[in-house]
Amino acid sequence: MKLVVKSLKYRRLANRTVQVLSALSASVGLAMLLWILIVVFLRGFKAINLSFFTQLPMPPGMVGGGLANAIAGTLLITVLAALIGTPIGLMAGIYLAEFGKGRKLAAGIRFFTNIMIGVPSIIVGVFVYTLIVLPSKSFSTYAGAAALAIIMLPVVVRTTEDMLTMVPNSLREAGLSLGVPNWRVILGITFRAARSGLITGVLLAVARVSGETAPLLFTALNSPYWINSLHEPVANLTVTIFNYAMSPYADWKQQAWGASLLIMGGVLFLNIFARIAIKTKTRTR
Amino acid sequence: MKPTLAEATHPSPDASALKEPQMTINEQTVAEPAKIAVRNLNFFYGKHQALHDNNIEILRNHVTAIIGPSGCGKSTHIRTYNRIHELYRDQRATGEIIMGGINILAPEVDVIDLRRRVGMIFQKPSPFPMSIYENVAYGLRINYKLKGSELAERVEQAIKQAALWEEVKDQLDEPGTALSGGQQQRLCIARMIAIEPEVLLMDEPASAIDPVGTAKLEELMLTLKENYTIVIVTHNMQQAARVSDYTAFFYEGRIVEFGKTKQVFTNPRMKQTEDYITGRFG
Repeated sequence: MKLVVKSLKYRRLANRTVQVLSALSASVGLAMLLWILIVVFLRGFKAINLSFFTQLPMPPGMVGGGLANAIAGTLLITVLAALIGTPIGLMAGIYLAEFGKGRKLAAGIRFFTNIMIGVPSIIVGVFVYTLIVLPSKSFSTYAGAAALAIIMLPVVVRTTEDMLTMVPNSLREAGLSLGVPNWRVILGITFRAARSGLITGVLLAVARVSGETAPLLFTALNSPYWINSLHEPVANLTVTIFNYAMSPYADWKQQAWGASLLIMGGVLFLNIFARIAIKTKTRTR
Repeated sequence: MKPTLAEATHPSPDASALKEPQMTINEQTVAEPAKIAVRNLNFFYGKHQALHDNNIEILRNHVTAIIGPSGCGKSTHIRTYNRIHELYRDQRATGEIIMGGINILAPEVDVIDLRRRVGMIFQKPSPFPMSIYENVAYGLRINYKLKGSELAERVEQAIKQAALWEEVKDQLDEPGTALSGGQQQRLCIARMIAIEPEVLLMDEPASAIDPVGTAKLEELMLTLKENYTIVIVTHNMQQAARVSDYTAFFYEGRIVEFGKTKQVFTNPRMKQTEDYITGRFG
């Protein structure tokens, strides 16, 4: 049987078609993102001023006021969530990558972690509501932090496992061959080799939960006041956006835009920071 | 093919014979203290058997080379000497490896102490992600209680012994990964001899290194054998001939021939050894 070569014209056409289609799809996604970024920036920019960062919210109709309490609340909840979620996530990732290879328990944990990544965050909110808010009879900072920590957890677990798995076994063997106990090889050598990847994973997880609204509606709720104790509803940016954006007041809508810009800027900053962390890694290698 | 040596010398693993083993190496009798005596070592990757009844004696303060075609079990064999294979759950060794009068494969052996005594160098240089100084200080800190000045002295001494000092003395704070391949490998040797092991296992240490680095490494091995017992796995027959005192030829998981390097290379007793050395296969 004689093989007939496809014509150059046909191959060029096919190549060009795929190229154009994929570029088009990519630009649709990018265009949407840019659209959101630009609109949020233009609208939110006007709301940002000194009192936005320093003052408490005003009742509708009164001029001025800010979201200082919500900014502080979001920072507090996110930091607490990171403090709870990071160590547990790192340890679970260590188990999966270093001890669980080929074990049924590890396969099970990995499976459920993957499912948890896809669980809608509002379900986590309702879960924490039943678990913490109802028994303690109050919305609270720690309930909000717990909800965000639960959402963070699977992301941290998976990135930790992936980053540790990428460390070559020769490094572990070299450490063990020096008479270094296994746990010290993991914490002193493997962790260090994967350091920047681990930091990036945690930062991205924090960035992801810092924009969550639904789980906070059921746990931290919101508040027009400064925070007094961890055991009461706490102001936060995302629920504030939710409330203000649906209100009929122009002032509040304006502040919702400002809050959106702030959160977006924060997430953007964390992402850029994470990328720098990856870059430093490639330089020292 | 059955291993020739062990059957002749050790018909039964007799405890009294282990302390002062009389070795017959291809009909020459030598009385030298064996550092490691391997008896009927079998090795399994899952259900696949990779080593079959290996018997060999590694002599103190000598370089023993292990040669053979790829996949014949050379690396697998020496990886049992410090039980590094136990990092992988499906790998299993049976038989006996006698060191200092005890079978180091026994479950009650302190593996961490064993690995401190039996150091290992790998095919790919594996500096830790830290400074040159820290690379060497790391194992020292973990294994010994040392004062600061003592530590610095030990580190310097080890790097000097590894013939690396002149090249790195002004950049001890730079990352170990910034060195060349040959320098990295000598850093790994410095790191290993800093904790004063008894046996140095080298698994194709020169295969990822340029000729100049290789020459330095070989020179280093000849000085190191005054203080250490060295086992080197190599693909490079010339290298085995240059650096080793004894050579074992592995084929398909079995030790086909073991003897003085000169004799193995010039007058091999087994046809397979001769074929391999002369390049007819492998």
